[in-house]
Amino acid sequence: MKCAAGVDVGSTQTKAVVIDEAGRIVGRSLIDTGANVIKAAEDAFQVALEGSEVSEQDIAYVVGTGYGRYKVTFGDTQVTEISCHGRGAVHMFPGTRTVLDMGGQDSKAISVQPSGEIVDFCMNDKCAAGTGRFLGAAANALEIPLDDLGPTALESERPVRISTTCTVFAEAEVLAWLGKGKTVEDILWGVHQSIAARTFGLLRRVGIEDEITFTGGVALNVGMIKAMEDKLEKKLNVSGESHYMGALGAALFAMDSALAGEPRKIEEMA
Amino acid sequence: MAQDQVSLDRQQTGDEIVGRGVREGGRLFKQWFDELTAVAERGDRATYVFVMGSMNEVLKSFDLPVVFPEVNSLQTAIKKVSAELLNDAEDYGYSPDICGYVKADVAMQLRGGEHPMGRIPKPSMAVLTGACNTYIKWAEVWERLYDIPIVTMDIPGTRAAGEQSMPGSEEFGYEHKYVLGQIKELIETCEQVSGKKFDIDRFREVLGYANDMSAAWRQILDLNRATPSIFNALTDGTVFLGMANGFRGTPEGSQYFKQLLEEMQYKVDNGLGILGRTDEGLAPVEQRFRLAFVGVPCYPIFRRFNDLFTDRGGTFVTSSYLWFASGGTCTDVQYDLERPLESFAEGVLFSVRAAMDAMFHQAMTIEEAAVDYQLDGIVYHPIKSCRTVSTGLADQRRFAVERTGLPTLFIESDLMDPRVVSEAQMRNRVDAYFEGLVSRQQQAMA
Repeated sequence: MKCAAGVDVGSTQTKAVVIDEAGRIVGRSLIDTGANVIKAAEDAFQVALEGSEVSEQDIAYVVGTGYGRYKVTFGDTQVTEISCHGRGAVHMFPGTRTVLDMGGQDSKAISVQPSGEIVDFCMNDKCAAGTGRFLGAAANALEIPLDDLGPTALESERPVRISTTCTVFAEAEVLAWLGKGKTVEDILWGVHQSIAARTFGLLRRVGIEDEITFTGGVALNVGMIKAMEDKLEKKLNVSGESHYMGALGAALFAMDSALAGEPRKIEEMA
Repeated sequence: MAQDQVSLDRQQTGDEIVGRGVREGGRLFKQWFDELTAVAERGDRATYVFVMGSMNEVLKSFDLPVVFPEVNSLQTAIKKVSAELLNDAEDYGYSPDICGYVKADVAMQLRGGEHPMGRIPKPSMAVLTGACNTYIKWAEVWERLYDIPIVTMDIPGTRAAGEQSMPGSEEFGYEHKYVLGQIKELIETCEQVSGKKFDIDRFREVLGYANDMSAAWRQILDLNRATPSIFNALTDGTVFLGMANGFRGTPEGSQYFKQLLEEMQYKVDNGLGILGRTDEGLAPVEQRFRLAFVGVPCYPIFRRFNDLFTDRGGTFVTSSYLWFASGGTCTDVQYDLERPLESFAEGVLFSVRAAMDAMFHQAMTIEEAAVDYQLDGIVYHPIKSCRTVSTGLADQRRFAVERTGLPTLFIESDLMDPRVVSEAQMRNRVDAYFEGLVSRQQQAMA
């Protein structure tokens, strides 16, 4: 069986996906990136293999993506996560024309062709406002696990308005609202709305075209999905694999190369 | 044998010509700063001017030494000392949001003119236009520090894109009279500062040199439509720009641009493209994608910024910066030496307006450039510390995409401040942009 793999080394987590020739995911993994990026990439790849029925010899090509893509030392080539999220999103939802990827340190709005090719993209500037890190800061201040952020926020009745766009200052603002006696639920929903408003601006810069697919780790947050849908007044495509979309896109690019007969670099070196 | 000899001679001639513009530009640039250092060390002063409407023609006719504070400041970024200067200015009380050029200059003034290229003399007067709103506040800093006269030239700009007043119209007549009156006031101030009477024949001579430069400058920009392109509009172009500003209206400037035109024509005639630095010396760089640059360069990582593109086969063949930062002198305004003052006023109107248009309405020019320069893409580089040049770029980009269909890249950093230059993020965006360009090229070839 010919398979291909994508390894997405992100700022907080590293994801690996193994696919078969039909583009089906046959193995996946998600681990914390930590300080040793090379090891994180290797570990993620191995864990993904262990979870599949595929041996390493069956992997015909590997593509690295994410900020640490050049640290995927066993990879055959690198593709940016921008292209990979576009490709992965269109694979999962063929009607996708706009991709919103919200990750740990950046958010991306990507306009794609039906083929998954990138038409245009915009990212947050050198600031973590509107990214997963913003939510992380709020979770930290409120001492709530990340997984509980969304469900808790959706319990809000009278959300506060979070005015700062700075991730660092957001923590102070959250504490200030707590001091004023606001509920955790109302503060959290305010945080989600603040991020949604900022992300909406990002999407407008590439043009918002249906269908919109939400990818990245933050797409697992039900509160964020609701906040974005409210802001966009549209339903979003959200896959259970949203966290793996970059790695999936990388694996799809890897399969293209494998099917084109491109050899693995490791074989060439041998 | 004879044939070999001919080839050898041609090769030697080519070696002498190719790269001469950059080499000679470096030499003249050093000469300029050495002269300024000598002025400073004598305790004399210089006239401070700006790139968008320097009025260099008037100042040179009085033989006034000229300082371009914008050029000084960008040099501090290239020489890797801008961060400490910006910190000094912020310690002094300037906000992080204020123009990096201004802050580096203020810090340099507080250090007595100490500059990586030598020593900058104090100002005797300052001349500015309204092309940049910061110019006025910047000149007021010197006015307070040194109690000097400042001459503010209010040059009418374009009211709406594509609707410039033209000679023969009533509107142009009013504007011309308005600018001419201000030039006469500038001359009076120059007479007071220099202690010399205005010499119309000397002025005419200066205008002649400026005419030579303008004519060559425009042709050089147009020659870069060639395939392969003959100079990098971001890196080589910035060297040419320095000469266009510092040596406008001088015999050196005239000679430099005539020789530069000769070099560029030679490269076109011989199909020689841009040369890049390699371990083995200079070698032709791959020109897979022809790009336009819109904005101000990222001077803290000037070469590395360019390498992000050239390493992937991208070449900047044109740049809005060459238009606005040369004060629009690349538009080939030719002064009529029979009526020097009147013609100069017309030229100022045209060129400063062109400079402002290149900042505020550059999408119109880019639309033409897309065809003329056979562009494959456009790179927009808004900068944190200059809202004047950056505001509106997002709209201009959208317009350009709609009109040209070209893929664009929007990356933000700064012209001076390395604290807001994130190379990792920049590289990521550039990589993604090139993935799109490659894919688009492959689709076009399929």
